[in-house]
Amino acid sequence: MAAESLGGRRSAWARRLRNLHRITYVDVVLLLLRLGVVAVVVGGTIGTLLKGTYTAAQWFDLFMFGLTIGGVYGLIALGYTMVYGILRLINFAHGDITMTGAFSAFFLARSFDNSGFLDAHPFLAMAGILLVSMTVCTITALIVERICYRPFRHVATLAPLICAIGASFVLQHTFRGMFGSSVRSYPDPDWMGGRIDLLGFSVPTVQPIVIGTALIAMLVLYVIVQKTRMGMAMRALSEDRDAAALMGIDANKVILFTFVLGACMAGIGGVLYCFVYKQIYFFTGFLPGIKAFSAAVLGGIGNIPGAMIGGVLLGVVESVGPALFLDGVGIPAPYQMRDLIAFTVLLMVLIFRPQGLFGEALTRKRA
Amino acid sequence: MAFELVAASRAEDAKTTPWRHVIRTGLALGGVNLFMAVVGILLAFQSRPIIVDTLTLGYATLGLTLFAAGLLVARRGLFGHRDPTLVGGVVAGILAAALPALLAAVISLVDLRSVFVALNPPLLAMLTFGQQPALLGIACLLVLGAALGGAGALFPLLGDRIRRPLAGGLIAVGLAGMLQELIRPILANSRVTKPVHDLLYTWSGLTLRGAVIIFLAVALAVLLWDLNRRRIETAVGHLKPQTQRRIRWSYMGAAALLVALFPLFAGNFIGQVLLIVGLFTLMGMGLNIEVGLAGLLDLGFVAFYAVGAYTTALLMADSPYALAQLSFWQAMPIAVLVSLIVGVIFGIPVLKIRGDYLAVATLALGEIVRVIVLSDAAAPLLAGSSGILQIPRPEIGGLVLSTPVSLFYLTLAASLVAAYVAWRLGGSRLGRAWMAIRDDEDVAEALGINLIQVKLLAYGIGAAFAGLAGSIFAVMLGSIYPHSFQLIISINILALIIVGGLGSLPGVAVGAAVLIGLPEMLREFGEFRYLFYGLAIIAVMRLKPAGLWPSAAKLRELETDAEDVAVHQRAPVAERSS
Repeated sequence: MAAESLGGRRSAWARRLRNLHRITYVDVVLLLLRLGVVAVVVGGTIGTLLKGTYTAAQWFDLFMFGLTIGGVYGLIALGYTMVYGILRLINFAHGDITMTGAFSAFFLARSFDNSGFLDAHPFLAMAGILLVSMTVCTITALIVERICYRPFRHVATLAPLICAIGASFVLQHTFRGMFGSSVRSYPDPDWMGGRIDLLGFSVPTVQPIVIGTALIAMLVLYVIVQKTRMGMAMRALSEDRDAAALMGIDANKVILFTFVLGACMAGIGGVLYCFVYKQIYFFTGFLPGIKAFSAAVLGGIGNIPGAMIGGVLLGVVESVGPALFLDGVGIPAPYQMRDLIAFTVLLMVLIFRPQGLFGEALTRKRA
Repeated sequence: MAFELVAASRAEDAKTTPWRHVIRTGLALGGVNLFMAVVGILLAFQSRPIIVDTLTLGYATLGLTLFAAGLLVARRGLFGHRDPTLVGGVVAGILAAALPALLAAVISLVDLRSVFVALNPPLLAMLTFGQQPALLGIACLLVLGAALGGAGALFPLLGDRIRRPLAGGLIAVGLAGMLQELIRPILANSRVTKPVHDLLYTWSGLTLRGAVIIFLAVALAVLLWDLNRRRIETAVGHLKPQTQRRIRWSYMGAAALLVALFPLFAGNFIGQVLLIVGLFTLMGMGLNIEVGLAGLLDLGFVAFYAVGAYTTALLMADSPYALAQLSFWQAMPIAVLVSLIVGVIFGIPVLKIRGDYLAVATLALGEIVRVIVLSDAAAPLLAGSSGILQIPRPEIGGLVLSTPVSLFYLTLAASLVAAYVAWRLGGSRLGRAWMAIRDDEDVAEALGINLIQVKLLAYGIGAAFAGLAGSIFAVMLGSIYPHSFQLIISINILALIIVGGLGSLPGVAVGAAVLIGLPEMLREFGEFRYLFYGLAIIAVMRLKPAGLWPSAAKLRELETDAEDVAVHQRAPVAERSS
């Protein structure tokens, strides 16, 4: 004991060495996992760069696409992160809530496209489409909250999560029944179809539009959360529920407001997602949902700026990753592995850093 | 606890006046009808007759909701008298019919098919009973709503003497009509029962004559049973406990024997359905160990099923990807062992993740497995999306198990072995350790339970069950593709163990029969099976959290929970009134 205290920090390594016998096979496997991922990332990057298959323009293309889709993930991730911050609950149906808005807005977008309104008044048309999507998302989210989450607010079990899985199925298949199971193609107006010059590279016009819209939405949300009374109440509630209730905050109202805010962001995100991929069907919500959740976890769930940054980061890694990491290792057709990268990021964060990138800073600030 | 929201909704409930309740009930059931119409359920149900040329499942469902509107109004007993209750029922019935009627009016005026695919002329024809001026049909619908709502309101007022035989008879007719594909082959196959078949059924379903006969027979049986019930019960009560137990066991033995021999008479269609139910039961028992006993919510469970199937295929198939040409009996144990090992390996990285996060992490793991199997990178080993073909059938001493019925018996045998293992494990030291970590991981660790070992065993053994199911699945189909192993299978299995009752072995079989068997048998459900799964999951979690066949331990737990909740809920109400 005495030796340990005298040794101070210097003995940290010595202590680790002494405790070597306590290392279990689990630690070994986890270490190997870590090393394996690092080896693939580093080895792949070096291999790809040495091979030089991709030009700078291609890299920029991938990066821009990552930013675009990352912005969308960030928007959807906000819904996960805000609800988690207040209710400590994963809103598993959030991806499908996103789909409901985008699918409903599709019909308006199609009719705008057919009538020429979408080309004649881009701003007005987009505002209408986003408004429909946000409204539908909000309604769905409130229904899901009422039916699946509210009865379980005080029950610390898996029940709300299981209910949410059920809700996700109901939403998907209700929309399948209502609007059919075929894949519909989202309208592609002329002003969105071309390419423009950006920093000397040409990028599809849709990308700056999506990034810009996402940025504005995030900014608005940030102002709401930081500057309004309701936003303050939200933050108070996520710090300490009981204390907030004692301060006279109507918890129920704040929770509903949180769902509405998350759903609005999802409504925007869903429409943008569909404008990027140009298609929608009843299962469209699953992948962006799970990836946005990964983004929220990556940024530290409960942390609002974290979700935005996590989304962008995940989008970029997912877009650049297959070419950068996997091509160099010699995996054929690396683009097939895009989803794999997102899932691996999610898994790695959950295993090795469950508090996410910015989770710790937050807790330290609170303490 | 200062933070109490349940009280708000309670207070809201207390405010409702009888008429507000009537309107809410009527509109809620009208909403159900509207939902079913818009989603397309009503029209899909319309194509299944319950009684040939008389009643379809679609109309039965519609009628049932209208009846339920009246019934729910009367059940609350808000009015106290008969006449206002009857009026309330009629109003609720009209309201429940009004929303679909409104929809019919809209369809007759506007063509919405470019948006809502289900709102087509056949639906309009159904909702207006084929009457030509749609307004006439709509009036019919409203009158029907009033009549059935009124009937529903009067129903609880009838005495038990009349009500029970009536309900029994109607339910029997409904089942006999809906399950005709199950019942008809059995009756038609044997010469003894062929006349019964001809009396009740035609080739397309239950006849009106058959329905009347079944209704009268069952109603009479229920009536006789009700009249003599007390006498029989006291007579049985006077017997020695030993004899009573023997009677009970012989009942159960006879039922088990009937179930076991049933597929032999029922033919291959039923055999196939039962085979799939058996496979899902097998997997359900595996997931039940993980979720029900150990509390590890695993959404990547399908990966183990895939491992079992692929191992079997690689060891048996007559294809260039095969590693060996073993028989099924050699390949199956290897597949189970490989699944067990994969389960443990799968479990190691997610050991420290808890609760909700674990569900998402396992989901990610399962998806990673699927993406890898589908990718070109793994194609040289696992055949990619083209799958592994030509897997031979299992043989026992020259007898090839090629029919669904024979494969069902293989599954049944495997399920019985697995059920025995699961049952013994559940009561063992390991089983209790699982339940301890389910209830509180930290306390369990403090009590000296080796979390790593116990959790990995849960993953491993659960995976072994799924591997066994996967192995049978591979020889059942004779070829396997990565598309057979979607996330949806994991959620199917989760849904069935939740509906059956978490942690309960008989519950798994019940859940599989309800969630897998019914949609397989009733094609009309098939299209909407996942919608019903979702609704079933939510309904069970909300209304009957222990499931249809709860485990004994869960029941005890719920009782104590209910007491806790009652204490919690009473407090804020007191605050409010003070």
